[in-house]
Amino acid sequence: MSDLWEFFREPFGFAFMQRALFATLMVSVVSACIGTFVVLKGLAFIGDALAHASFAGVATAFVLGGNIYLGALIAALITALAIAFVGSRARVSFDTAIGILFVGAFALGILIVSRQANYTVDLFSFVFGNVLGVGRDDLLLIAVMGLVVLVTVALFYRQLLFTAYDPTMAAASGVPVGLVQYSLLAMLGISTVVALKAVGIVLVVAMLVTPAATASLLVRRVHYIMALGAVVGAVSSVVGLYVSYYGDVASGAAIVLTATVFFLLAFLFSPRRGLLAAMRAPIPGGHA
Amino acid sequence: MRETAAPNPSFHVEVEAEETPVKVRGVWAGYESHVALEDVSFSLERGSLVGLVGPNGSGKSTLLKVMLGLHRPWRGSVRLFGEAPAAARRRVGYAPQSELVDWSFPVTVADVVAMGRIGPVAGRTRVWPPASLGPWRRSGREDRIIVARCLERVRLDSLAKRPIGELSGGEQRRMLIARALAREPDILLLDEPMAGLDAASQHDVIHLFEELRDEGKTLLVATHDLSCVAACFNLALLLHQRVVAYGPPSQAFTQDNLNATYEAHLMFLPFEGAVHAHNHGHE
Repeated sequence: MSDLWEFFREPFGFAFMQRALFATLMVSVVSACIGTFVVLKGLAFIGDALAHASFAGVATAFVLGGNIYLGALIAALITALAIAFVGSRARVSFDTAIGILFVGAFALGILIVSRQANYTVDLFSFVFGNVLGVGRDDLLLIAVMGLVVLVTVALFYRQLLFTAYDPTMAAASGVPVGLVQYSLLAMLGISTVVALKAVGIVLVVAMLVTPAATASLLVRRVHYIMALGAVVGAVSSVVGLYVSYYGDVASGAAIVLTATVFFLLAFLFSPRRGLLAAMRAPIPGGHA
Repeated sequence: MRETAAPNPSFHVEVEAEETPVKVRGVWAGYESHVALEDVSFSLERGSLVGLVGPNGSGKSTLLKVMLGLHRPWRGSVRLFGEAPAAARRRVGYAPQSELVDWSFPVTVADVVAMGRIGPVAGRTRVWPPASLGPWRRSGREDRIIVARCLERVRLDSLAKRPIGELSGGEQRRMLIARALAREPDILLLDEPMAGLDAASQHDVIHLFEELRDEGKTLLVATHDLSCVAACFNLALLLHQRVVAYGPPSQAFTQDNLNATYEAHLMFLPFEGAVHAHNHGHE
């Protein structure tokens, strides 16, 4: 019995593991809140785009010796606004605008980095994630950015929900729909940066989408999806960190794969929306 | 200097009367590719139930959007109680076509009706910062009472906690009407609230419209149901880009007017005072 306790306790005896745990828990909560809107409004592609585009900021800050998070944040916010602007003005589809802008920004990042003789591990920890290398300064920045997002969502929850559900009616009711939509994109940008160091650019979108999507199969009100999504993300983080510690595998990938397993379980076994439930009742959710 | 002592009746009436709820003057509107409204003018009085009638693409929805301040007209003006549409929003309730609503969204019936209380509403003019901040502030007590009353009015109180994805077509439309009512508006703009209702729910909805009219509200209802307009509405506004006719249904629904509105694709069967239109294609 004490062996079992030791098994669970040992990893978190290390300071770097404690920091990793705190960082991933913060990422889980923030990602679930914004990720719920991402899932409901089909913004996954934008989330992925902002994460990739932030690489231009990471590279620039790295070369100039500035704060890498700040660089990533600026790049993500500029890209978010540019996507919204180009998508609404230009004669190309929203999808196309996203595709052009984020690949362009990512390429700019690669261009800047390629001028540097020494590619360091530090830089590439942002691409592939290195939550075990999260420092005290990183933690503080993650906490501050995360709180900004959480407080904003809490304050304007009803306006965000109304705009997401029915933008035309929201506008007719006098809600500043444009401002709300831009704010949501900006918060999405901040959330991707919060998740950057934990799971890396390539996997950020998984933290945004997978826990919220899992929750959306199980509960049916928006704030329940946010709460359960945060729990799914947090449990995935803890399990992922153990797997990473004992299996000596990349932590970000372990966390994301754990969340993916949870999603598959919900997809198959959800009492109302699951594949098995659908197979048993030929008319899913049929209404008399 | 008392020579104006003799009362001037027309002057007197103007002072007494409240601003006309709806005044639309010479409105032209449209999109990049086509004109949707040509020189549309009409007024709606307090306590009227008006059917907005025309085929698909006749500009009904565009007209409602112009009146809501969501679509800027090229020319002409809309005044609601003497104000521009954007300024009059607290007095206007709107229900969109239910086909345009996302019915898979994870919210309950009560959640959606409560959305009607967001933004400026009658008796609460502050727009920003919003009157009810945050989920812990919830909606105020007064808001909750109004939401409950509106649900009762459309007889959805027993389904308040139901996810909207589980509603039948008639329940969906009644929920959208309840959300419009939650603003406690003086003007109601309803886009096809009766489409696809069975006879019993249609009767209920029309009864509700008549009640609201008798309370002094102004209702403009876009609909395809000519017989219902003929039987129950005060006025009919026939729209086909232009206003083809505007008046009591018995006078507006002439064969010529209906042919002009529907471009003569229909044949008409007068039946016990009501007019039934049938598409030739279905004969």
